[in-house]
Amino acid sequence: MSYLQKSPWIIHYDASSCNGCDIEVLACLTPLYDVERFGILNTGNPKHADIFVITGGVNEINKEVVQNIYEQMPHPKVVVAVGICACSGGVFRECYNISGGVATVIPVDVYVPGCAARPESIIDGIVQALGILEQKRHAMNAGVEGTV
Amino acid sequence: MLSNDTYMELLIFLILFPLLMAGLLTLIQGENFRRAAVISGAVLVGIASLITLADSITTQAVYYSVPVDMIGILIFIGDILISGYIISVSLKARQYLVFGITILQLILLCAVEYLALADHAHIPELFSDQLSGIMAAIIGVIGGLICVYALGYMREYHAEHPDRPDKRPRFFGIMFLFLSAMFGVVFSNNLLWLFFFWEITTLCSFLLIRYPETDEAVKNAFRALLFNLVGGACIPVAFLVIFLGQGSQYIGLHELVTAGPGIALIPAGLIAVAGLAKSAQFPFSSWLVGAMVAPTPVSALLHSSTMVKAGVYIIARFAPVFEGQIVGILIALIGGITFLAASAIAISQSNAKKVLAYSTIANLGLIVACCGVGTAEALWAAILLIVFHAIAKSLLFLSVGTVEHQIHSRDIEDMTGLVTKMPRITMMILIGIAGMFLAPFGMLISKWASLHAFVESVPPYGILLVIIIAYGSGITAFFWAKWMGKLIAVGEPQTKDESHIPRSEKNILYILSALTIGVCFGFPIISWYLIEPWLLTMYQSVTDLISLSNIEIMFMMLFLVLIMPFSLARFTHSARRVPRYLCGIPEGGSTAFMGSCGINREIALSNYYLDRIFGEERLSRISVGMGIFLIVLLLNILIIGGGL
Amino acid sequence: MNSMDPFIAAALFIILAPVVGILITGLDRILTARMQGRVGPPVLQPWYDIRKLFQKKQVAVWGAQSFFIFCYLIFIIFTGALFFGGGDILLVIFAFTLGHVFLVLGAYVSYSPYAHIGAERELIQLMAVEPMIIIAAIGLYQVNGSFLIGDMANHPGLPILLLPGVFLGFIYILTFKLRKSPFDLATSHHAHQELVKGSTTEFSGRTLAMVELAHIYELVVMLGFIWLFFGDNLWLCICAIIIIMVLEILVDNCTSRVRWQDAMTSAWFVTLVAGAGNIFALSIM
Repeated sequence: MSYLQKSPWIIHYDASSCNGCDIEVLACLTPLYDVERFGILNTGNPKHADIFVITGGVNEINKEVVQNIYEQMPHPKVVVAVGICACSGGVFRECYNISGGVATVIPVDVYVPGCAARPESIIDGIVQALGILEQKRHAMNAGVEGTV
Repeated sequence: MLSNDTYMELLIFLILFPLLMAGLLTLIQGENFRRAAVISGAVLVGIASLITLADSITTQAVYYSVPVDMIGILIFIGDILISGYIISVSLKARQYLVFGITILQLILLCAVEYLALADHAHIPELFSDQLSGIMAAIIGVIGGLICVYALGYMREYHAEHPDRPDKRPRFFGIMFLFLSAMFGVVFSNNLLWLFFFWEITTLCSFLLIRYPETDEAVKNAFRALLFNLVGGACIPVAFLVIFLGQGSQYIGLHELVTAGPGIALIPAGLIAVAGLAKSAQFPFSSWLVGAMVAPTPVSALLHSSTMVKAGVYIIARFAPVFEGQIVGILIALIGGITFLAASAIAISQSNAKKVLAYSTIANLGLIVACCGVGTAEALWAAILLIVFHAIAKSLLFLSVGTVEHQIHSRDIEDMTGLVTKMPRITMMILIGIAGMFLAPFGMLISKWASLHAFVESVPPYGILLVIIIAYGSGITAFFWAKWMGKLIAVGEPQTKDESHIPRSEKNILYILSALTIGVCFGFPIISWYLIEPWLLTMYQSVTDLISLSNIEIMFMMLFLVLIMPFSLARFTHSARRVPRYLCGIPEGGSTAFMGSCGINREIALSNYYLDRIFGEERLSRISVGMGIFLIVLLLNILIIGGGL
Repeated sequence: MNSMDPFIAAALFIILAPVVGILITGLDRILTARMQGRVGPPVLQPWYDIRKLFQKKQVAVWGAQSFFIFCYLIFIIFTGALFFGGGDILLVIFAFTLGHVFLVLGAYVSYSPYAHIGAERELIQLMAVEPMIIIAAIGLYQVNGSFLIGDMANHPGLPILLLPGVFLGFIYILTFKLRKSPFDLATSHHAHQELVKGSTTEFSGRTLAMVELAHIYELVVMLGFIWLFFGDNLWLCICAIIIIMVLEILVDNCTSRVRWQDAMTSAWFVTLVAGAGNIFALSIM
């Protein structure tokens, strides 16, 4: 296991969630689930983060914000879409201002469905993301990704 | 090594040659002539002062009597002329306070002269030792460089302010007169002579400060004159004490200092009060801040090599007398409080020249504190402070002056990202600032040495000074570092544009930067060959303040700091460039973002000035109050001491 | 450890300080977690973090950021080497300040609002703690009669008995230096605060790793200062360090960040009353 997998720092962004998934994401940090056991920290700063945890469907206004955060994260990085809205737009899919799931704006690596997604599944999604993070690191070192 | 006579001729040359230049520059108007004269004059003065310095390494102190009988009378006439001039200007400007003090001074002086004529012991008028050599080199080299810099600067100055009368011939004349008077101050052994040159520096600074002829300039010039006259009035009183009490042979500086505190303390204390006024200590400090209205070369001259340095020079001369005396402790406390308060006020200033002014006052305070303590170690620190401060401060003033002409502002906030617009000038400002407060550069060595010196001397007052320095050094770091930060904080890179800066200005700045770094490497040499021998003659014993191993470590640091920029190239290309994090959508350039409701906002960052805590008005009031209290206490002690 | 060759001691510091520092920081994180009813990360977590950061690609606003942070790290290591090599304590303090100025400049360069305010606050912290550190040095000099750390470390008695005020004041400002709440104004180890990550906001990858590493060296140097208060009583010193660290962590967990005004004025006040009062009394006696 590389060091990348032992210390994944996340940034959490609420695209246009109903806050249900946000509460569950934050619940992962509480004593009951304590993700710091796995070295996971919520940094709140894209430039420090490895994993972009995003909740809610993306709307027309914050599309650029999501892109911007993704852009500012250093390689290697993965995106975890938490909740059904982030995965596909969910019940808001047809709203006039919603452009759909996160994948319409940035590439998503792990989808964590649920309404709201349970902390266990969020943690599970992040752990899966760690594997992808590792693959991306190898790809990056081989010069495939993140050389921009 | 020169023979004594040649050496003395050199001293007289240093005093008279700038005087001659002053006359020529005032009389002859042509710009080309002025250029040639100022450059050649400055080079000659610089070389002569360096020869003096080199020679003072090897020779003992040299004393010299001027073989002209009438010269004492001539000096007296000179004094009267100066007073007469001040009286006429002050009456014209209705400055009755200045007028009154000048009259008082004149009466005192006449009394002194009456006594002097009646009973005149023969003492050598001129002398030179290592301290004079160091001071002469500072005046000659830094002063000369500033004069050359002023050539380009003043041309731009008048192009920028067409409304102000162009009196450049007179301006350069006064600059050289100033240098001449400063040489006079540091080479005079006869205190009557010293007083004469002292008054010339006061007058010159008055004329230079009022040069712009705006209302503010005239007002500030009179304030400078007033404060310096108030201080200066103490010197004739000291003479009276000497003539009436101790005997006329003690009118010689050397004779007075070596006579010990029993005889010298009261005159020395009185003269030190004049020194406090001249070196802008609280409560007199406001004249130096007001002097900022003058063109930048004038500020540089007043702050670095002349004027204020005359004040600390005279206190340093008498430092051995103050050792362990309550008078010395009071002087040291005035210096300490000035150091602390002026540094604190500098935090609240965004005008670059005012920051520099307050930092000058603060550093002079530290020098005065060292001199007041008066031990060999403290004096060692004081002299190094004088050297380092003169060089770094002139560099800072001149580079700020250059920047001011390019960006048309003195405000530090307007210097944001200057490093992309004027990388070289910014580099030099950074060197100057580093020289003012960072290890391993100059000023810090002295601060370190003064901590070493204070901790052991005159307990428990020494510890009081240590505490003051402890607070002061934190404050100093704050205001310098935030200025450095402003210079290198780049929002949008500006196009590089240094081509309008006159070559002469640039070259002077290069020389001064090289000197700033040079003295950091060279300070052990200055210490071994100049300061320690001088202290040895004054104190008979000198302990090593900074051990060899520490000097080695300092050099290691210095090398480290100097080679670091070479690694800069490696870092500039290694990272992917992304815009700064703005918690929103960057718009257009990367210094704007789209805020709520879709409104575009430009980010504007400004430094902290902590006005509530370090406001100028509030702190000035407190510290001027404390200054007045201490000065009056000092005068009381001197008067009572005299009465006893 | 006392009569060691200064160069070997300095080299040992450079090698061992990260080990000690990482262990202490790791234990700190576990203890913090336990106080919050959590399990906490593995003890080597700070090591993993730093290694991970070195594996990341860099992003930066301007390349010069990394340069200043590199200087910061170098000078903090230099300071520590000087400290454990037994150098002059005042020189150590000045080198320390130099290092911090580089950190501040690194934060300034980016012209980012968060980093900028972080830098200003970093400077305020510097200004708040500097008097106390110098006064501590002077107090130690008064007890030992030497400015050399080598001599202080060999002091046979307990300097703390003569310097209780200085010691208290030093513990107070230690909270600033360890970047613990309530004085973690500039940047904090805790997640997500009002300044994002304060002065470190714009750093990433290797640069951020250098900041973390420098913090760890800094921690060891600060604990080294505590050692000087106990002379050659090594065991007593280790006990004191443990107690102090536990207290710092407790304070960190049960206080909230104060305003800079309170941080600075309270630090200066404590310095004056406890520190300055102590050395003044020593000089009278």
